[in-house]
This record gives sequence, structure tokens and C-alpha cells, in this order.
Amino acid sequence: MDLSLSDEQKQLQEQAERFVRDKYAFDARRKIAATDRGWLPENWAQFAELGWLGMSLSEEDGGYGGGPIETMIVMEQFGKGLVLEPFLPTVVLGGGMIARAGTAAQKEALLAPMIEGKKQFALAWLERQSRYNLADVSLKATKEGAGWSLSGQKGVVYNAASADQIIVLARTAGSARESKGLTLFIVDGKAKGLSRRDYPTQDSLRASELTFDKVSVGADAVLGKVDEGFGVVEDGVDRAIVALCAEATGCMDAINAATLEYIKTRKQFGVPIGKFQVLQHRMVDCFTNAQEARSMTLMASLKIDDKDPVVRAKAASGAKVQIGKSGKFCGQSAVQMHGGMGVTDELSVSHYFKRLTMIDLMFGNQQHHLTRYSNLAMAA
Amino acid sequence: MDLAFTPEEQKFADDVRTFVRANLPADVRDKVKNGKHLGRDDYMRWQQALGKKGWLVYTWPKKHGGPGFTPAERYIFENICAEEYAPGIIPFGTKMVGPVIYTFGSEEQKAKYLPAIRESTVWWCQGYSEPGSGSDLASLRTKADKEGDHYIVNGSKTWNTMGHWADWIFCLVRTDSKSKPQEGISFLLIDMKTPGITVKPIIMADGGHEVNEVFFDNVSVPAANLVGKENEGWTCAKFLLANERLGIAAVPQSKRGVEALKDIARIEQDNGRPLIENQSFAEKIADLEIQVTALEYTELRVLSAMAHGGQPGPEVSGLKIRGSEIQQRITELTMEAVGEYSAPYLPGLLWQGTNEAPVGPEYAHLAAPRYFNTRKTTIYGGSNEIQKGIISKMVLGL
Repeated sequence: MDLSLSDEQKQLQEQAERFVRDKYAFDARRKIAATDRGWLPENWAQFAELGWLGMSLSEEDGGYGGGPIETMIVMEQFGKGLVLEPFLPTVVLGGGMIARAGTAAQKEALLAPMIEGKKQFALAWLERQSRYNLADVSLKATKEGAGWSLSGQKGVVYNAASADQIIVLARTAGSARESKGLTLFIVDGKAKGLSRRDYPTQDSLRASELTFDKVSVGADAVLGKVDEGFGVVEDGVDRAIVALCAEATGCMDAINAATLEYIKTRKQFGVPIGKFQVLQHRMVDCFTNAQEARSMTLMASLKIDDKDPVVRAKAASGAKVQIGKSGKFCGQSAVQMHGGMGVTDELSVSHYFKRLTMIDLMFGNQQHHLTRYSNLAMAA
Repeated sequence: MDLAFTPEEQKFADDVRTFVRANLPADVRDKVKNGKHLGRDDYMRWQQALGKKGWLVYTWPKKHGGPGFTPAERYIFENICAEEYAPGIIPFGTKMVGPVIYTFGSEEQKAKYLPAIRESTVWWCQGYSEPGSGSDLASLRTKADKEGDHYIVNGSKTWNTMGHWADWIFCLVRTDSKSKPQEGISFLLIDMKTPGITVKPIIMADGGHEVNEVFFDNVSVPAANLVGKENEGWTCAKFLLANERLGIAAVPQSKRGVEALKDIARIEQDNGRPLIENQSFAEKIADLEIQVTALEYTELRVLSAMAHGGQPGPEVSGLKIRGSEIQQRITELTMEAVGEYSAPYLPGLLWQGTNEAPVGPEYAHLAAPRYFNTRKTTIYGGSNEIQKGIISKMVLGL
């Protein structure tokens, strides 16, 4: 048993720290968020150059043989800087799912360019009625000659506007909310019949509502097996959750550091407000919450490759519960302790708060994952 | 980074389990398993078995007669002992005064006291808190006046755990009342048989006797029993508290507690179904289990840092706070699971282990006393408010 980082992992951590320090000062981030894309191609090119886009893929898939710990290291630093580049949808979700479920031809066509920084992905699973049920899918794919025709709606698809390919979860059989009968399709971002409504999100990312109107794809667009896409997407989302937990840990470290600095300098009643015990204890609780978040993220990163799917799912849900709880506590406390300044756009604190809030909602909030964890524990 | 045990660690784990199964007296194991109270002899039999093996002082380095376990071995040892229902090791000798003596004591003191701690032939207790000095420990007033080669001790100590079973007590005493509170304190070892010492029980809310008030009336203590220098006892006191922090999270015990809670929730009925199938109760257990996991991985991160030569980082300070809160939550949910059958108070069964028939299942009568008693965990060892004060000052720099 050894929970320390290897020398290579420490180097990766330093690299990612340096990137955030050099490229993601708060004002620089504001400028990136205001660009058309909402992220910078030159940063993406740098990720490719540093090897981050392929670091967690196996060498057979053209990657560098890392895994969830490498993803954790980088995502944590991304959280500290509130990095906007679409690493999660492209590399963790898209790249990961293609690597695990894709054919040799799909891997060749998509993974190599992704690693080089030339392709981006998005995952379209959510629909208006889905809430957090990955199986609540009504977008239909019907047989059309050798291929398929997709019709229906998808919502809040992160990075859809920049994605070269969109991985779409569609119903090919079965009734509403049935996990059997779901199929994943790799659809070209510019496919005929696919229209988008693009918008920014609360936390300065980009997402879209998608309408599929008889979008035709070939048989080779199926990712994994027909009618058996649920397992792939569930596993992919669990892995994305673990990466997201690492990002949240970085956010919490940053927001706690900002708050600590603020209560040491802001004076009221003639003293720094950090001299007041009621704020000291709240600050300690923030600190403890962030430690617990870090511990659960590490646990989940270590277990997400376990061979037992129940262990993997429990690890992801357990960590997501903690992140939801700790993120809310640190975020709300940071805003409260900053006073009026905490609710302004000017300081970074509100931006971390917004990101932490959206992270809780993404892929199932604290309550959803508590129920899931509880059900998994009962079944075990 | 790897969660799995190395082959050596796996072998060690097997050795520990084999040892515990062969050496833990069956009646003691049953008492622990069924949540019954243990007597002095129950603890001593187990501790002496560990002492013979050299594992009682499992946190000590080799040069002081400990086994020199790696952090991973410590973790394995603690977990397996808990899984096998071994009683907790009484910390006053092994984790408190022992390390103080081998760090600050003279060669004579080491030779005199350490073997008996390693072998558990002497029972130690602690004399820290006083009726007027709780969270503000440095305000203590029990005084020790030097007369020739003796100290004359007068005053009283309170919240003295298991002192009625103890052979010796280590005390913080005031040897100088003129300087700053922290600077006039000394660390003194006192034989409990010395004339002038009176031990008076304090009965707790659960009806039990585990703590005492200890009175000192002109108690004559050889000056040779002073550990470290006169008026520098606060250094020993702080060292002891810091040393105590690891392990205070009680993760293995809490893991065992959650399993016991689940067992009860499988037996208890709710609308004709096992309580554990009630969604809202099941989620409370799930939430508790996640809290325990977070605590366990925080402790593992600390141990891992120590294995690589680091010192316990700031994260260690939160372990006591969260560990104690979790211990309380377990007892709270257990009582909730038992429901109204928590009400019957059966002191004979609870304290003397008599044959009095339980009302309802045997575990029921323990639930409420446990809940009442466990409120102590956020108060003792420095209340959680004091702990937050320490973190705020030492870690956050506020």
C-alpha cells in the first residue's frame, strides 16, 4: 500500500500547476471566457504538446499508459484555475468511451487526432425529462438501410459547438427508462439534420440544445453494441464523475485560500475579521470539508479501475456525495465570509462558487448519488 | 500509487489475524462483540498477551522496545484487531506516558517504567483536567512544593478515566505560581498507593463508573519521579497531545460500528419490512458510511506521507473532530434503529453482566447508554471547539 505520487506524477502536477499559473490568472480567464469559442486553441495545442490529451489512454490506443491518477492530478489543477478548455467532454468522456468501447477503425479515426489536439468530442445523453436517469432516453434511432436515422432532442450538451464528433445516446429498442435498448452513436458535429442552440452556462462553459431531424449515420457509427450502450455510458459517466471530483477539490482549495486571505486582511470593528471565533471555526470547517473531498477523490480515483462494477459505481457515487456536500459548504461559506464582495462578479470567489454549484448538479447531485450509493450497498 | 498490500504486508496481516485468533480470550471477544462492559482483568489478559508478543506498544520505535511498525503495518494491525473484536488498548501507558518517558525521561526512569508498560503489568491513569481547569488546561492549580528530595502535592484532578483500576498516575502539577501559566507546570509520576490520595467515582449519564475525581492531600512524591525539567512540563503535555492525535479518529472501531448498525437494521422491522429497506434510513447509513470512508482515506494519506519521511500534515488536526462526530452519529443512528425499545434501563445486565433477561433483543438495552456516553467524544482530549481553535491558529494562521 502506497498512496504517494511517483516522480513522473509529481512532474505532471508541477507542469499543470505551471500552466494554470501562467495562463489562468483570473483576468486572463475572463478574457478566454469572452471569446467566441469560450476556450483557447493555443492552450489546447499546448495540452497536446504536453501529452495531456493522451496521458490516460493505454499505449495500444496511442496514449502514454497513465490512468485515473494522472487525470486526477491535471483536473485538480484545472479546478484551481477554473480552466475552460473542454478536457472533460473530449478526453475523459469522449476519448475514454471510444477507447473502452470503440472498434479498431473508430479508435484509429478518432483517438489519434484527439491526442494530437485535432479533434474534440461531446457527450449528448441528457433530455428535458431525464433528470439524473441515464436510461431516460427518448431520442430515437431507427434502422435505415444498413445505417440508422436519429430523431429527437438532447439538452445541455457541453462542448457541442466545438465538438467534431458528438456521442449520442439513443433509444433503439425498449420502452422509456429501460436500460436495455440504448445505443451510442458517433455523429459528426456538422451532420445534416442536426441543429444547435448554443449558449454559455452559469460557470462560463459552453453548452447547446440539440435537435436531430432524421440525421443519417452509417452502421459504423455505433459505439459498442446495438441496444447495449447503457453500460458504456454509465461507466463513462462514473469516470467523468471521478475526474469532476478532482476538479471540485481544486476549486475548494482555491476558494478556501481566497477566503482565508480575505478574513486575514478585511478589517471591521478595528480588527481583521479572522480574529472572530465564529469565522475561525467556519473557516476550519471549510478546511476539513476540502480535506474530506480530497480523500474521497483519491479513493475514487484508486477504485475506478476496479474489476468489480459495483465497487466502481460505489466509489464514484460516494465521492460525488462528498463533493456535493463539501462543495456547497465551502462555496456558501466563502461567499458569506466575503460579505457583499462575495456576491459580486469582480472577485473570483463567486466564480468558484458558481462552478462548484454546477459540479454538484452535473451527472447527479448529492441526493441522487446518496440514493444510488445506498441502493448499491443494499444490493452488494 | 497502489491501494493493494505488498506480499510482505499481506503476510503480516495474516500473522496478526492468526495471533489475535489464538490469543484473544474467547470470553473477552464475546463481550466486545456484544457490546458488554469489560473489567480490569479483561483488558489485562489481552494486553499481556500482546505484551508477550511485543505488540502492545505497537506505535513505539524499536529502540524503546516497540516493534517499529511501518505506517501500513500500524493500519493493518489496528484494523485486524478491531475486525476480530479485540478490546481497545488502554492508551494511558502505551500511547501517553510511555512516549513521554522515552522522549523526556532519564535512563533510570526508562529502565524503571517502560518494561512494565510494554508488558502491561502496571495500569496507568491520567491526571490532567481539574474542576477549575477544563479547556483552559494551563490554568491548573494542583500544586507540588519541593521539600528536600520530595514534592508535596495538594489539589484535585478530575475526569480521571479508570483511575480506580490504576497503579500509577501521571500528573500535570504547578511548581511555580509566579510565572506565566504554561511556564510553571511540571510532569510528575505518582504511585496511586501513596498515602493522601483519594479516588471518588463520578457516575455518568449512562449510570456507569468510568471516571473519577482524584484528591491529593499532602501526598509526598520522590523528586526522582519528575519527568523532564521542573517547570517544563507543558512541553511534555503538548507532546503527549500531539502524539495522541493519530489513532484518535478511531476509524477501525467506527467501521465495526457501522457494520453492527447494519446488522441491527436488518433485524429491526418497519412496516413489516427490515428497517434497512426503508429508503430514508438506508440513506442515513449510506451517508455515515461515506463519512467513515472519507475519514479513513484522510488517515491513509497521513500515514502515507509519514511513510515517506514526512510529518503529519495539517490534515491530521481534523481527524479528531470528524472521528468523534462520526462515533456519535453511529450511536445516534443505532438508537434510532432500536426505537422505543431503547427505553428499558437494565443496570444489572448493563454493568454487572448478570443473567437479568433483556427486554426485547439483547442489543436494545445498550443503544441509549451508548448514545448518552458517546457524547463525551467531542468533549474529551480537547473539546472539538478547542481543536478548531488549534487548527485556526496553527494551521490557518488566524
